[in-house]
Amino acid sequence: MEVTGTWYLVLAAMLFTIGAVGLLIRRNPLVMFMCVELMLNAVNLTFVTFARMLDDVGGQSVVFFVLVIAAVEVVVGLAIIVAIMRRRPGATADDIALLKG
Amino acid sequence: MDTSALLTVLAFERPPIDWHAVAPELTLLAVGALLTILDVVLLERGRKFMAAAAGLGLLLPLIPILTLAVDGTNRSMFGGAFVVDEFALLMKALFLVSGYIVVLLSTNYIAEGDFWESEYYGLLISSLMGMVLMASARDLVTIFVALELLSIPAYLLAGWRKRSLEGNEAGMKYFLMGVFASAIMLYGMSLLYGVAGDTRLAEIGEAVGRGDSLPIVTLGVVFTLIGFAFKVSAVPFHTWAPDTYQGAPTPITAFLAVASKTAGFVALLQLVYVGFYGRDDVYGPMFWVLALLTMTVGNLIALRQTNIVRLFAYSGVAQAGYMLAALAVAGEVGDTALQAISTYLVFYAAMNLGAFAVIIAVARKTRSGHTQSYGGLFEYAPGLAVSMGVFLFSLAGIPPFGGWYAKLAVFKVTVEADTWIGYSLAIAVAVNSVIALYYYANIARQMFMNPVPDGDTTPIKVPFSLAAAVAITVIATVGLGVLPNLVAEITEVSLLAAGG
Repeated sequence: MEVTGTWYLVLAAMLFTIGAVGLLIRRNPLVMFMCVELMLNAVNLTFVTFARMLDDVGGQSVVFFVLVIAAVEVVVGLAIIVAIMRRRPGATADDIALLKG
Repeated sequence: MDTSALLTVLAFERPPIDWHAVAPELTLLAVGALLTILDVVLLERGRKFMAAAAGLGLLLPLIPILTLAVDGTNRSMFGGAFVVDEFALLMKALFLVSGYIVVLLSTNYIAEGDFWESEYYGLLISSLMGMVLMASARDLVTIFVALELLSIPAYLLAGWRKRSLEGNEAGMKYFLMGVFASAIMLYGMSLLYGVAGDTRLAEIGEAVGRGDSLPIVTLGVVFTLIGFAFKVSAVPFHTWAPDTYQGAPTPITAFLAVASKTAGFVALLQLVYVGFYGRDDVYGPMFWVLALLTMTVGNLIALRQTNIVRLFAYSGVAQAGYMLAALAVAGEVGDTALQAISTYLVFYAAMNLGAFAVIIAVARKTRSGHTQSYGGLFEYAPGLAVSMGVFLFSLAGIPPFGGWYAKLAVFKVTVEADTWIGYSLAIAVAVNSVIALYYYANIARQMFMNPVPDGDTTPIKVPFSLAAAVAITVIATVGLGVLPNLVAEITEVSLLAAGG
């Protein structure tokens, strides 16, 4: 059986769904954060697959932008998580609920 | 590396750069870098004038914007990925002026808080640079980079009160919802790239508008727009907004509520008008649902808020709904909807920034955000109370203040569309304006009719920069409301004519 581009697109869609569902149901901020990375990498896989199918280098260069910006997001996200963990060790997303209404 | 690849690399020619067109962004970059370096070199000594320097630095890029506007030609670079036209210039100027007012609001708030650090202004300027870039972005990658450039500093600014749990929570919620939204948007963009084989909006417009609607096109359009629905806090993607607004420093709340929301609308307008214009069978119904939900839910929840910042968060959600209503009929009325939304954004910036300026001034004395702490404000701070009255009635859409003209523009556009989508939205806008009047008037009643809750009628000391912010926004709200033609003239922009 030949592996075609569609396989990769389906794989990317599955990874994206796993990431999105994980973000919504998991309660540990770090795991939620990892789920976002999973979604972003599903996007990268889609871009690369389409670039290969269309024989166009543009889609591959998008991946560099996504990777760099994902790294920047990690820095900011971890800084915020560290600030929370300092004050409340072991906090989950459910504990971070002072503001509501 | 083989020879042919090496030859390709050597044969690379830098695309021509129109330095005049990128001058606003470059000026802002220089100002931001200079402020950051000054902070490192001067440390404590620099703190006295950092706010003033940031304020002046934000006004500086208005000079190239003015020369570009006088020049008047549309400039396009990198194959149409970066475009400077009237729409872009108008929005850039709006971002910079809003940013300047946010600096005025921040000056004393940040200097007197226990979280004073000069990086604040550097982050604010880099966020504004993302917004200024967004106004010119006509390419998926440019839009994505501009979005992240404006969002990432904003995550840090929202969590600026790092020693308070509320501050942390505000930053965390904004961050998680923000990256979730940008991941969804990126997935939509990757699908659009697969359909069009190009990331430029104009090319996408051709590929997407052609022929029947494929599921992949629908999914790409919807996902990309949802990413920005988070940014403009449209229901059901608004859940982060009230919590983040309440936990963030109030000047940053004003920044998120006005500048960040405007940036979201600028991106939506560019995507809809340049990228997806032929697909109004997809975005029309989508914005119809979003607009109806956003207006109604925003207003109904605002009715039972007792914290003034949360109340304005939900009021801001509802205001976004009015603008989405105009976007829903974009396919029928063309550039008229674009002009109505641009007008709305200008007035929205003036009245909302002004309202937050008064909230900050009052909180300096009462140290409370409860709506009841506004009781009897007129007795001891008549100037602030009258200004707040102006902003409240402007937000409610009562003539002669600016808001009525903006609301009228949106109402006219939805009726002009002459479809069931348009008429149903026009009715919803009218009904919601009445609901909104109730909670706006409630605050006015507190200020003018109720007694002072604790009997303390010492006047509020308003620092100069805050007073200047209130004065500028009052003049803008009243002046532009009396002379709406001034705004109508500058917002006579078009995204369809240029063709991207």
